[in-house]
Amino acid sequence: MRNKLFVFLIVVMGVIIISRLFYLQIIDTRFEDLSKKNSVLALYEYPERGYIFDRNKKLIVANQPTYDVMVIPKNVSEIDTSEFCKLLKINQNKFNTLLEKATSYSPRLPSVFVAQISKIDYAKLQEKMWKFKGFYIQRRSLRKYYYESASNVLGYISEVNDNDIKKDPYYQSGELIGRQGIEKSYEKELRGNRGINYFQKDNFNRIIGSYKDGVFDEKPKRANDIVLTLDIELQQYGESLMNGKRGGIVAIEPESGEVLALISTPGYNPSLLVGRKRSENFTKLYYDSISKPLFDRGLQGQYPPGSPFKILNGLIALQENVITERTSFTCYEGHYYTRSSFMKCHCDWGTKNVLNRSIYNSCNTYFANAYRRTIEKYQSPEEGLTQWSNHVKSFGLGNYLGYDLPVGKKGYVPDASFYNRWYPNRAWQGVTTISNGIGQGEVLTTPIQLANMTAAIANRGYYYKPHFIKEIQAKSIDSMYLIPNHTTIAPKHFTPIIQGMSDVIQKGTARIARIKGIDVCGKTGTAENFTIIDEKRQQLTDHSIFIAFAPKKNPKIAIAVFVENGYWGNRWAAPIASLLIEKYINKEVSRPYLEKRMLEGTLEEEYNKIISGKPFTINE
Amino acid sequence: MNNSVVSKIDWPTVLVYLVLCGLGLGNIYSSTAAYTVDNIFSLEAVFGKQLFFLGISICTFAFVMFINVKFFERFSSIFYLICLASLIGLFVFGTTVSGATSWYSIGSFSLQPAEFAKAITALALAKLLSDIHTSLKKVTDQMYAFLIILLPVLLIIPQPDPGSALVFLGLLMVLYREGLPSLYMWTLVIMVVVFLLTLYLTPFIVSLILTTLFLIFIFTYGKKGKMIFKSIIILFSCISFAYSVNYIFNEVFEQRHRDRINIVLGKATDTRGIGYNTNQSEIAIGSGRWLGKGFLQGTQTEGNFVPEQHTDYIFSTVGEEWGFSGGVFVVVLFVFLLLRILFISERQKNDFSRIYGYGVASILFVHIGFNLGMVLGLIPTIGIPLPFFSYGGSSLLGFTILLAILIKLDSNRVNEW
Repeated sequence: MRNKLFVFLIVVMGVIIISRLFYLQIIDTRFEDLSKKNSVLALYEYPERGYIFDRNKKLIVANQPTYDVMVIPKNVSEIDTSEFCKLLKINQNKFNTLLEKATSYSPRLPSVFVAQISKIDYAKLQEKMWKFKGFYIQRRSLRKYYYESASNVLGYISEVNDNDIKKDPYYQSGELIGRQGIEKSYEKELRGNRGINYFQKDNFNRIIGSYKDGVFDEKPKRANDIVLTLDIELQQYGESLMNGKRGGIVAIEPESGEVLALISTPGYNPSLLVGRKRSENFTKLYYDSISKPLFDRGLQGQYPPGSPFKILNGLIALQENVITERTSFTCYEGHYYTRSSFMKCHCDWGTKNVLNRSIYNSCNTYFANAYRRTIEKYQSPEEGLTQWSNHVKSFGLGNYLGYDLPVGKKGYVPDASFYNRWYPNRAWQGVTTISNGIGQGEVLTTPIQLANMTAAIANRGYYYKPHFIKEIQAKSIDSMYLIPNHTTIAPKHFTPIIQGMSDVIQKGTARIARIKGIDVCGKTGTAENFTIIDEKRQQLTDHSIFIAFAPKKNPKIAIAVFVENGYWGNRWAAPIASLLIEKYINKEVSRPYLEKRMLEGTLEEEYNKIISGKPFTINE
Repeated sequence: MNNSVVSKIDWPTVLVYLVLCGLGLGNIYSSTAAYTVDNIFSLEAVFGKQLFFLGISICTFAFVMFINVKFFERFSSIFYLICLASLIGLFVFGTTVSGATSWYSIGSFSLQPAEFAKAITALALAKLLSDIHTSLKKVTDQMYAFLIILLPVLLIIPQPDPGSALVFLGLLMVLYREGLPSLYMWTLVIMVVVFLLTLYLTPFIVSLILTTLFLIFIFTYGKKGKMIFKSIIILFSCISFAYSVNYIFNEVFEQRHRDRINIVLGKATDTRGIGYNTNQSEIAIGSGRWLGKGFLQGTQTEGNFVPEQHTDYIFSTVGEEWGFSGGVFVVVLFVFLLLRILFISERQKNDFSRIYGYGVASILFVHIGFNLGMVLGLIPTIGIPLPFFSYGGSSLLGFTILLAILIKLDSNRVNEW
């Protein structure tokens, strides 16, 4: 009985299928007509790509129309080529090669014949288009940039490749996708969804109306405009101050984590990557291995933090109770940290430094000792270093910060296992790692990490993840940007440190950064760095570094400036940071002489030394 | 080849297999010809690839004929484990195509392990059920059998590839044939009927209908207390199931599933283009009339109106270009093949071979039934290929191996004592 059931099911299935076939093919005669009429043309309707505004609602990016002449080679027949060529401003030979190329791609599918014709040509051509069977004009939309600025944040769009299509079935060949920056991070918002309209064509291939009254059509979903946290004027001003200098600047609003400016120089004009010259320009930028314009120094440049890192070591030592405000160390133009190893310092011989003074004079001896006490507080150097490392990491160093741009580097914060690998048999102690105390050891940071650390100090112990999105039309931003991240340092320890940072400007290493009426807190840095030239390690001129926030009460801006090979922190980084702070808070700059010096000063000579192939001197 | 093997092969089945593969290849050629620019035999072209895989499949078929017949039974558990491992491996090494992570890429080809899992699961199930200690009357053995079927299903659903997963449920028919209590089947059938009825009507009306049926049943047949008690339980579970249908439909299913079901039930007019495939497929088939438009003459086919036509919708090419006569010919071939497989299964003296045969039949049955039903607009869109016909190297090779093993087992039946 049971084996008969299956036979029964199979026969029933066969009968059902055949009856259905009979119904569709013989009884119902609609389909024959439908299929005759059924040459359906599917046309896509693309929503305009979303606009991008800055935090003050200034329009940064919009779109401009452009027109491509398309061809379906199979449909081309008996046209007046000489007239057509004249309109397109090409000659007969060019016409033939273009048509051949399109035919070899596909005789039935549309391909671009001439891309992006001018508006005037379009106007002339459009009237006569009906004469040229097989050709049609397709409107496309290109990005239009209103500022020659912020290309590293905005990113760019380009046509999808096979890989994109494979990854996301939404995309079809010839469509555009955000490749870098905000265009990539918020691709879905900026793009919207294309719509599709089906049209009925008759047997002469003319459109006779909407197919089935449009029941299969899909409406395009409009794209969302987005508002960035950037202040485009500040961004532009920062880029001009960095003229002729390589480096990265990041400015953050501490109370929200909003990035006000992300500057990477040398940069490029975003309009270069739009239009007919896109691929040529991109290749140029991509292969420029000397100034690397596509490399975002603000996010990807990993530098030793130098002296600003002393601030962090001061905070950690206070938190670990190994120093107090009144603890002092005497500096003898440096100090011996082991019997034979000497660390130099620029303090006068015999200077007795307490915390405040050692911050504003940037004393190596003080912070090396504070660091050493932190590590040696614990039974083993491993334990001490682990504690220290955790404190440092709580400021967001040594890891991605979670901001909404697609590129970045982690930087590096060493932990005990790093030294265990480096020194087998645990043959290392606190003093082995002493350079960490002055920001010159194994630690590597990116400018955005340092700016974020500065924001955490400005907030007295917490930070919001830095981000570039302020508003998305009809949508809320990622909630992870709205929760504070607390550091491991108690708020009370920030008071003496911030006082020290204020004194850096008032009477310390960065008096040049003083702004009338604004209490700026900062810290200079001068970081040694090396490169490899002809397989030999070669020291280069120090990086000029400055971190700052202002005002001291209710800070509005926290900033980190790295100028590659700029030597002293107060030579380039501190003045640039100070000008940016003034510009942001006061909206105008009161020190034209300083501004002029920064705008006009370049370091080209310094950079040329490195590639000149000749021996050179550093730190002049 | 050994003469005795050749003479014992069930040639009618092999012949039908070859005819189906050949017809499939011809229709793939037709449905892609218009859009293939360069050499059609190139391994880059759809047709070229399929031809290449048909060659491999036929070689594999021949190879299977040389393998010792005991090999399949003995190693089925190991195959099964390897198969599960390869399905798990997809989560790590798999390649994503059109949103489903179902493939391993090897050079320019890709393999879909789910296609091979079908034959292997049928082997594993046959091995379990043919054991003399196994009895489907025992609950533990029932659970083992369900487990063997469900493990690959659970691994295939998240790829996501619900269509392939559904195929494994066809193996329940094997369990039924081998003595699974009818209770299970009735439960399943009743659940499906109640589910669809509830979607079509409302839970309240369905409950009314069920209660009426119950009362009629009681008054005509039973006055025995036990019977009444049992049917009351059944009635109440059916009614509560009917009331939970809306929840399952709205919360467990995804929007696209809901759309597909609603369109077939006629509850929703298709406004978002989901029914476009089926609509175009129906037009293609319907315009074929008695004799079809002829090879390469189908306007729908050559104009590429039916999306996915060379894969899941291949039958629409048959319908358009070969008409009712061609369509009936193909359907009859498939029905013949299925019945022949049942016939072969029943003549086995060895339990393992018989059960495996039923496995082959049920897998092919689900594929053919659901694919043709979908293409003809009878059931919601479920993406599974038409065996031996649809484009796809893994699926062709998988079905070939599935069938070849049965032919091999059958060729040996005389030696079984």
